[in-house]
Amino acid sequence: MGFFTNKGFQPKRQSSHKLPPGQYETTDFPVLTAGPTPRINLANWEFRLEGLVEEPVKWSWEEFNKLPMQDFNPDIHCVTKWSKFDTHWRGVSVDTLLEHVKLKPEAQFVTEFSYGGYTTNVPLADLLGGKAFVGLVYDGQPLTPEHGGPARLVVPHLYFWKSAKWVQGLRFTAQDEPGFWERGGYSMYGDPWKEQRYRDDDDDAASASSIRL
Amino acid sequence: MSRVAWQLATVKSIRPETPHVKTFTLSLPQFTPHLAGQHYDLRLTAEGGYQAERSYSIASPPEQAGEIELTVEVIPDGEVSGYLNEGVAVGDHLEVRGPIGGYFVWRGAASAPPLLLVGGGSGVVPLMAILRHRQRLGVRTPSVLLFSVRTPEEVIYQAELEAMAQADDSFTLLLDYTRQAPPGWAGYHRRIDAAMLAEVVARFGAARPQAFVCGPTGLVESVANGLMAAGLAPEMVLTERFGPTGGQ
Repeated sequence: MGFFTNKGFQPKRQSSHKLPPGQYETTDFPVLTAGPTPRINLANWEFRLEGLVEEPVKWSWEEFNKLPMQDFNPDIHCVTKWSKFDTHWRGVSVDTLLEHVKLKPEAQFVTEFSYGGYTTNVPLADLLGGKAFVGLVYDGQPLTPEHGGPARLVVPHLYFWKSAKWVQGLRFTAQDEPGFWERGGYSMYGDPWKEQRYRDDDDDAASASSIRL
Repeated sequence: MSRVAWQLATVKSIRPETPHVKTFTLSLPQFTPHLAGQHYDLRLTAEGGYQAERSYSIASPPEQAGEIELTVEVIPDGEVSGYLNEGVAVGDHLEVRGPIGGYFVWRGAASAPPLLLVGGGSGVVPLMAILRHRQRLGVRTPSVLLFSVRTPEEVIYQAELEAMAQADDSFTLLLDYTRQAPPGWAGYHRRIDAAMLAEVVARFGAARPQAFVCGPTGLVESVANGLMAAGLAPEMVLTERFGPTGGQ
């Protein structure tokens, strides 16, 4: 389509940050979830690493909270068009978790799975090198249930649906297996800077993720 | 052409629904029949290339071929809704792509369970697509719309909903005015709460309805929890939340 402009349309919300295409800045923290917010009892909570690993591992809430934690201040971008800059989290990096398992060589992708049945898929490489963490604390407070508490995966360089709320574990896979929204036509990769919202936006996604691997 | 490619729609008509809500009927060069509950993305481009995008639920049924209706609430200081409200006239062009979404949808099978639709404010829009589609299909699945608004002037689609309820015994319209009710109002006049939801669920008797809940985050959170307390399984409660603002 040629370059089309809407006569008289002027930006109202100029942001001091660099926004991915089609995004606007918000200072609130909107909620987007499919279905009700699960109620999770910390006494039964566990976090698991499974799939293509030599020995699966799991942590109770108490054990998980003893893992080394770090502060993270990512910018986050939701596919519903809002971006939020300089958020404040505390959590455990995925690199730290992976020190506790030996991955099989064919492990190339990850399915994040959650209490309530949500899943989402990411290339393994996108969780490594300090790029992803399990967030337990937001703005100095325990992460609230509507934002994914008690624990949510955060993969800030991808659209935020790739950051599973109420995360229960990571399953390592050889193939890129579509998760909840991905099966419904959303992007397999979800790079906000390439505006990969939907599967049809993914034309170059396969090559992009193979380069990353 | 891919299914969700951008296309240039033409504004066919603009209809005010309430003081802050308008329905835009857009003629589409490439019409794909949608599922009731899906949305379109709409993109505005300024001179110089700046673009803003928002998602809007489709209000019209898929049987209304060749065009879609988007019902848009004007958000205070809203960048896109403000332009749509003031800057767009019949005959203008708008860039849209869709239909999008495969979760908050009703596929219209006659064997589907009864429908419990709960909307807050402009959250009624995708629910209206479901009701219009149901009507066009002639499906008589028992259905209830619990529609929460603050004041009488905020009831989107009021005349159509009331006519639908009169013409169809299997559809019940329950309006809930949270702040100001019309004179002589005998219906609900408080925020939706667990007791109200239990009453509404009880209308279905032993059957367990499929619930669709759409509205501001706070309303959706409390309604979803209330419906589970009233005995609905989590997978029978589909939700669509919008915005951090607009609490009822």
